[in-house]
Amino acid sequence: MKAEQISIFLENKAGRISEVTGILAEAGVNIRALSLADTTDFGVLRLIVDDNAKAEEAMKAAGFTVRITHVIAVEVDDRPGGLHYILDTLTQANINVEYMYAFVQQSGDKAIMIFRFDQLEQAISVLEKHNITVISGSKLYTM
Amino acid sequence: MIFDIEYETMPREALESIQLRRLQTTLSRVYATVPFYRKKFDEAGVLPGDVKSLDDLRRLPFTMKQDLRDNYPFGMFAVPMENVVRIHASSGTTGKPTVVGYTARDINTWAELMARSLASGGASRGDIIHNAYGYGLFTGGLGAHYGAEKLGASVIPVSGGNTKRQVIIMRDFGPTILTCTPSYALHLAEAAEEEGVSFRDLKFKSGIFGAEPWTEDMRHEIENKLGLTAIDVYGLSEIIGPGVAIECHEAQNGLHIFEDHFIPEIIDPETGEVLPYGETGELVITSLTKEAFPVIRYRTRDVTSLNVEPCICGRTHYRMSKISGRTDDMLIIRGVNVFPSQIESVLMQIEGVEPHYQLIVDREENLDTLTVFVEVSKEAFSDEVKGLQQFAQTIEKEIREYLGISAKVKLAEPKSIERSQGKAARVIDNRSF
Ligand SMILES: [Zn+2]
Repeated sequence: MKAEQISIFLENKAGRISEVTGILAEAGVNIRALSLADTTDFGVLRLIVDDNAKAEEAMKAAGFTVRITHVIAVEVDDRPGGLHYILDTLTQANINVEYMYAFVQQSGDKAIMIFRFDQLEQAISVLEKHNITVISGSKLYTM
Repeated sequence: MIFDIEYETMPREALESIQLRRLQTTLSRVYATVPFYRKKFDEAGVLPGDVKSLDDLRRLPFTMKQDLRDNYPFGMFAVPMENVVRIHASSGTTGKPTVVGYTARDINTWAELMARSLASGGASRGDIIHNAYGYGLFTGGLGAHYGAEKLGASVIPVSGGNTKRQVIIMRDFGPTILTCTPSYALHLAEAAEEEGVSFRDLKFKSGIFGAEPWTEDMRHEIENKLGLTAIDVYGLSEIIGPGVAIECHEAQNGLHIFEDHFIPEIIDPETGEVLPYGETGELVITSLTKEAFPVIRYRTRDVTSLNVEPCICGRTHYRMSKISGRTDDMLIIRGVNVFPSQIESVLMQIEGVEPHYQLIVDREENLDTLTVFVEVSKEAFSDEVKGLQQFAQTIEKEIREYLGISAKVKLAEPKSIERSQGKAARVIDNRSF
């Protein structure tokens, strides 16, 4: 049920993100979701793309430090309290969310959130036990 | 193998009493024969007879490279020219070269020291030595040559250059010991590869490399590419040439200084104060047996530290660490002496740090600040900001612990820091004094 996310280390310099998107465009990689976590000195760009292998190769060839990490994509009811229910469920189970961000596309009438956990397996089983849909990587990349 | 068992493994007490006797003789001789030293000693108010213990050495003034230039060409010689059988000179990048002389006995001493060095690096009678140090005014070639003959090995005086011919000689003559600069060793490996000769198929056991600073990384590269044990030899023409200190192949951890011929001291290059054993500073050497060109407290400007721990090889002579820099590179940050090489060695000990860094020194509100740019390797990279911040904090903590200064560590993208051996690119000092 896991999905792969590609993370890229960036110095805080003007135009760095557009350089990344340019390289990926040239490699024919489609970006499905993107989040940037930054500090005053550096940032970490996290991407869900349609072809991880191709993206990783292109970024490495361009000299970037990249890392593939496992995340999960979760369907969120598009109504007040939809996200809260998921977070509450995880808190009850003592599972810590490292970070999360929204996916561009919807799944039917539901929103999709990307989650990063330390205890990935436990998180998946808790979510499934509460009938929260976890979307597989292969489905996510082609949505 | 130990070439001179008696002197190289002499108990410290006996060694130090020989040192004192030889020091007193040397001081009396230079006071009597070299006007420069007589004047310096008189100015310092210390006469040779005042030196009653090895500790008294520190009362004497230093000799600088500039002093040698000021006395160009033969003003520092302590014997009449008819007793000088050899003259060498080091190429001065600025101004006059440094000229040094040897008596017949000095040449013999030097040959003995290089024979000890070659033996310490794994050579013995029966070995064939491919000597690719340059022959000429430079001391490397002839120093290794005489040492090899004294040892009883067969020496091929191939000198530097004509690399293709060197490869043929290495293939056909089957030398077992290589002597040259470390960078030339790597150059030879490349040239051999181009000629279709694999270095690993050659008969080399050891290489004795020196005459330029080199890192542990370079040692590993040489050992891997050339398939031999790489040994560091230290020396400089002002002292005698190569053969002042040598690593033993048993430990490959620090260079034994031939203390029956030289007294090493480590000083703070700013204050001139002698530092305790183990501390890093400038190497100062006093020669004990040289006749034509004795040196008293000569400041080498090389940065190292002394290790007094006993060595597994059995030699009792103290070891200096691999030269880690030049005092010219020293920075003073908030009153603390910092060598870029010290920061480098801290960085090298932290997993995930690439060996490329840049130091930026600034002054903000009259306070010096040091910023260290470090490249983030794949191993150190985390998709979590927290993880990267912890990585930077770990480096800051290590620098504070080892060097006693606080630095700000900034993470940089791979290959964003300029690749250079020189000081210029690695250190940017924005302070104006
Ligand atoms: Zn040893």
